[in-house]
Amino acid sequence: MKINDTLPLEYSTEENSNKVFGFWIFLGAEIALFSTLFAVYFTLWNRTGSGPSGSELFELNGVLWETFLLLTSSFTCGLAIHAMRLNLKKPMMIFFGLTLLMGLGFLGIEISEFVTYVQDGATLQTSAFLSSLFVLLGTHGLHVSMGFLWGAGIMLQIKRHGITPETANKSFIFSLYWHFLDVVWIFIFSFVYLKGLM
Amino acid sequence: MKKTRWLFYTVIVSIVMLLSGCDSSLVVLNPKGPAAKTQSDTIIFSILMMAFVLIVVYILYVFMLVKYRASKTSDDYEPPHMEGSKLLEFIWTLIPIIIVVILSVVTVKSTNAVENVPAGYENEKPLVIYASSSNWKWHFSYPEENIETVNYVNIPENRPVEFRLYSYGPITSFWVPQLGGQKYAMSDMVTTLHLLASNEGSFMGKNSNFSGKGFAQMEFEVLSMTPTAYTDWVKEVKDTAPKLTESEFNSLVKTSFVGRKSFTSTHLEFSPPPMTSEEMGDMNGKTDENTNKTDSTDMKDMENMKHDN
Amino acid sequence: MKWSEFFVTGEPMIYGAMVSIVLVSLAILVGLTYFKKWGYLWREWLTTVDHKRIGVMYIIAALIMLFRGGIDALMMRTQLAAPEMKFLDAQHYNEVFTTHGVIMILFMAMPFVIGIMNVVIPLQIGARDVAFPRLNAVSFWMFFAGAMLFNISFVIGGSPDAGWSAYFPLASLEFSPTVGNNFYSLALQISGVGTLMTGINFIVTILKMRAPGMKLMRMPMFTWSVLITNVIIVFAFPVLTVALALMMFDRIFGSQFFTMSNGGMDMLWANLFWVWGHPEVYIVVLPAFGIFSDIISTFSKKNLYGYKSMVVSMLAIMLLSFLVWAHHFYTMGAGAMVNGFFSITTMAIAVPTGVKIFNWLFTLRKGKISFTTPMLYAMGFIPIFTIGGVTGVMLAMASADYQYHNTMFLVAHFHYVLIPGTVFGVLAGMHYWFPKIFGFRLNEKLGKSAFWLIIVGFNVAFMPLFFLGLQGMTRRQYTYSESTGFGPLNMIATVGAFVLAIGFVVLVYNFYWSFRHSPRNEGGDPWDARTLEWSTPSPVPVYNFARVPEVHEQDAYWYSKKKNVPLYSGEYESIHMPNNSGQPFILGIVMFLLGFFLVFSWFIPAIIMGVVTVIMLAWRSFERDHGYHISAKEVMATENKLRGDSV
Repeated sequence: MKINDTLPLEYSTEENSNKVFGFWIFLGAEIALFSTLFAVYFTLWNRTGSGPSGSELFELNGVLWETFLLLTSSFTCGLAIHAMRLNLKKPMMIFFGLTLLMGLGFLGIEISEFVTYVQDGATLQTSAFLSSLFVLLGTHGLHVSMGFLWGAGIMLQIKRHGITPETANKSFIFSLYWHFLDVVWIFIFSFVYLKGLM
Repeated sequence: MKKTRWLFYTVIVSIVMLLSGCDSSLVVLNPKGPAAKTQSDTIIFSILMMAFVLIVVYILYVFMLVKYRASKTSDDYEPPHMEGSKLLEFIWTLIPIIIVVILSVVTVKSTNAVENVPAGYENEKPLVIYASSSNWKWHFSYPEENIETVNYVNIPENRPVEFRLYSYGPITSFWVPQLGGQKYAMSDMVTTLHLLASNEGSFMGKNSNFSGKGFAQMEFEVLSMTPTAYTDWVKEVKDTAPKLTESEFNSLVKTSFVGRKSFTSTHLEFSPPPMTSEEMGDMNGKTDENTNKTDSTDMKDMENMKHDN
Repeated sequence: MKWSEFFVTGEPMIYGAMVSIVLVSLAILVGLTYFKKWGYLWREWLTTVDHKRIGVMYIIAALIMLFRGGIDALMMRTQLAAPEMKFLDAQHYNEVFTTHGVIMILFMAMPFVIGIMNVVIPLQIGARDVAFPRLNAVSFWMFFAGAMLFNISFVIGGSPDAGWSAYFPLASLEFSPTVGNNFYSLALQISGVGTLMTGINFIVTILKMRAPGMKLMRMPMFTWSVLITNVIIVFAFPVLTVALALMMFDRIFGSQFFTMSNGGMDMLWANLFWVWGHPEVYIVVLPAFGIFSDIISTFSKKNLYGYKSMVVSMLAIMLLSFLVWAHHFYTMGAGAMVNGFFSITTMAIAVPTGVKIFNWLFTLRKGKISFTTPMLYAMGFIPIFTIGGVTGVMLAMASADYQYHNTMFLVAHFHYVLIPGTVFGVLAGMHYWFPKIFGFRLNEKLGKSAFWLIIVGFNVAFMPLFFLGLQGMTRRQYTYSESTGFGPLNMIATVGAFVLAIGFVVLVYNFYWSFRHSPRNEGGDPWDARTLEWSTPSPVPVYNFARVPEVHEQDAYWYSKKKNVPLYSGEYESIHMPNNSGQPFILGIVMFLLGFFLVFSWFIPAIIMGVVTVIMLAWRSFERDHGYHISAKEVMATENKLRGDSV
């Protein structure tokens, strides 16, 4: 494996730089995926059938907490990558751990919110609006869950092998993913919750 | 390439034979109303334009294949390196653009024409007929006359007819080729199709959009008659046919195949159609919360009614 | 659920098919055991990450699917040959045309195109493999799992029956209560994810792994077409992913996206489907354009005319392909304004396509044209595809489309586009690149006979459909009465379909004949071709290029031959190669099972398979696999052996 020292560690081999580039293209596909889900949601958001509408359902409190946790976790994820570039293993692990913990917190709130919706009689089957809401939020939530497992796996690998071109590459790609989920959440927050509450 | 030329000639000859052989059976090109006439003219115009394109391509094609075969050149012939020509490439970009612009103008004009009441009849009051499909039949409701028919529809000649289409199930497409092009009938929106028969006659109508097992049998007859014959027919139906009750209609919708039927009332009272696309557009335009709520409840009611059966 | 509901029962033809499936599978198992080929199959094929072998597997799968879809086609044509035929009943006919469409587009055309991409692209750009070889194997096995899942519906559970476009509400649980459309949504989903990964893989490969000196504007046209195709894949397939997921939610979990009550919207499905569906057409057609460009240039012994405008026109087609989807449902009542807009964007596609046709014709000018089998397909393509193209313009005109929509005219049109466009393209490519992989050419005489049968059969089968459409015959109707007058033309079309089928039989027989009798040792460059792949020995060694070529011009190999400039210089070095892996194959099985369990709503086994999938991903993440090296000495020995015999 040829390692080019002039580049950051995560780009240092040809394979690494291909992986980062490939992941950017994957994120392009993810943008297309979420755009389609948003388009579906905007088409169906006022078709509430016999079920409740967004303004009857949404509670700002939990959503604000979710937003706070996810935005902060994106920040700590950035700090982790910064620590990685400085080759500081311990701070990197701490920041990564914080990121994942906040992701877990986010998931916890989201799940409890879903439970409340269902208890209020708003389920996937109730109306087109609720179907699109659950699938949009659920897809994002599933991404966060997968991200949690993925991030945990990477932490184990760093613990075992240290900061190598390979683990650095994985961590960097993971950070791209995590920031992306944050961006998607900002859209969900603004166009689903804020718009729905108005 | 003897074989290619041979093939080319066979294709041309067979096209000519087919065109002359089944001219009258090509119902799409045998219009009996202004909408179908517009469409037929559009089609023939586009065929001529496209025939020109085909001929240019085929002449160039045959020329290149005949002239530059390896067997016609000497063994030591080295084909030249050619980058392309700005002028030529400009020409074969520009000419297609011109063709597309011409066709676009024709398309926009003719589409507007067939989407509206035929020219010259704007001031006449159209006959409104609700045509709804269910698996696998067509229901025609005449709200003015307060009669309803199944699997056949009679219309007066020379009077614009406004078909309002919707479906009690899968998407279907209402098509009477000799009177005009088709339009979808869907479950949550009414679409409108303007047709007019220029003279008396019987025309084949069908569902052209696949809708399940009975799709192939989903045909109906459109009978265009003189205004007096039409009023006589309406009167006859009113005198002889039974009333359409809700339970009768519901069992009708559930039965797969029924023959022709006539009734002296319509299903519109107890099973009203969904909204038209214009009404839907109005609804989407309003974002005010209250209006939205009322609208969606309206829609709910309507849907409930529709699915009561 | 009872067994009688699980297996499809009551159809003698399907019983026959079941028996033959069991017999063929048994024959394969016995054969593999008898000839002791299990180990070979596992080591060399099932676990391979070599792009050439993956490509070959894609093409074999595509050919098998071509025959499955072709038999569907023959069944339909037999049923329609005469009025009131009793060969198939309505339900069976509906299933047959649904599977014909799905299989031909998604499990024949797509994998055939992707197979050729796999075989050719790394060779054409001077790379040793794709960017992510392991991911490539995953893509293949996902596709294969999807294809098998879709095909199994034929004997277990019942085939989908709502058309390949599966419009709602017809495809909903209410109107299509069998599990057929569950198979549709899950099989397409699984193979679609595989396709998306292929898209990412090839974009990275082409943009990052070209040989030194091969600038973008020096790439062979096929490489260009594949790059553009994969960009379309990356942006179009996520839409299909969402659409199919919503379909699955509606059918299996009772959500209300496309239902007729509680606010569901059936037109939403049509929109989502075609937002993917129209770009999909270009996904299968653009690579064929690339193949034809390379072949026409090779066999007229000239560089491609108007290279730049060829690239620009493909980019234009790519952009426009996302702006035309609504022309599939002008009749939905969106109004003259909307329909006018989509008419114009659709017709606009004719402009770049026309540019390409004229550039191909002018590539022939002053050339030295030799009519080999691949060139025959390319030359057959131009006149027929032009008919498909001009009828496409006619269909694009909204007002006229109200008369063509859903008729046989439309069926004729898209077969006139897809058969010369895609099928001729991949067949041309297969004949052209065959010697590169196997070291011998397919027989020219048999190849040409097959071509003539196919092209004549094709025209006889599909030309009448234009006229049937104008006579008012709709697509997907399983029968018609004598009084309609559809009989004679339908009979002609059926005869044509059988001629077409004989052509394909000859084509496959050619594999067998050539395997037995074709001369070997024709060298690495049997066609006297122009691009880098022909500078390697045939069959290509596993590492593709012993030394990395240096590119100075377009058609790099041609000019290296003409000007005597060597492509390769320097010493042999050791080559780093990826290890084979069984993981992609196992993942394919897991995906198949996951899909299968979801089809029948067996949630507990499905959840177990979901967990296994996550474990598989983790397994891959924790794996430390740095591949292996082929030593310089070994490379030199291989090269001397391969080149010594031939060049």
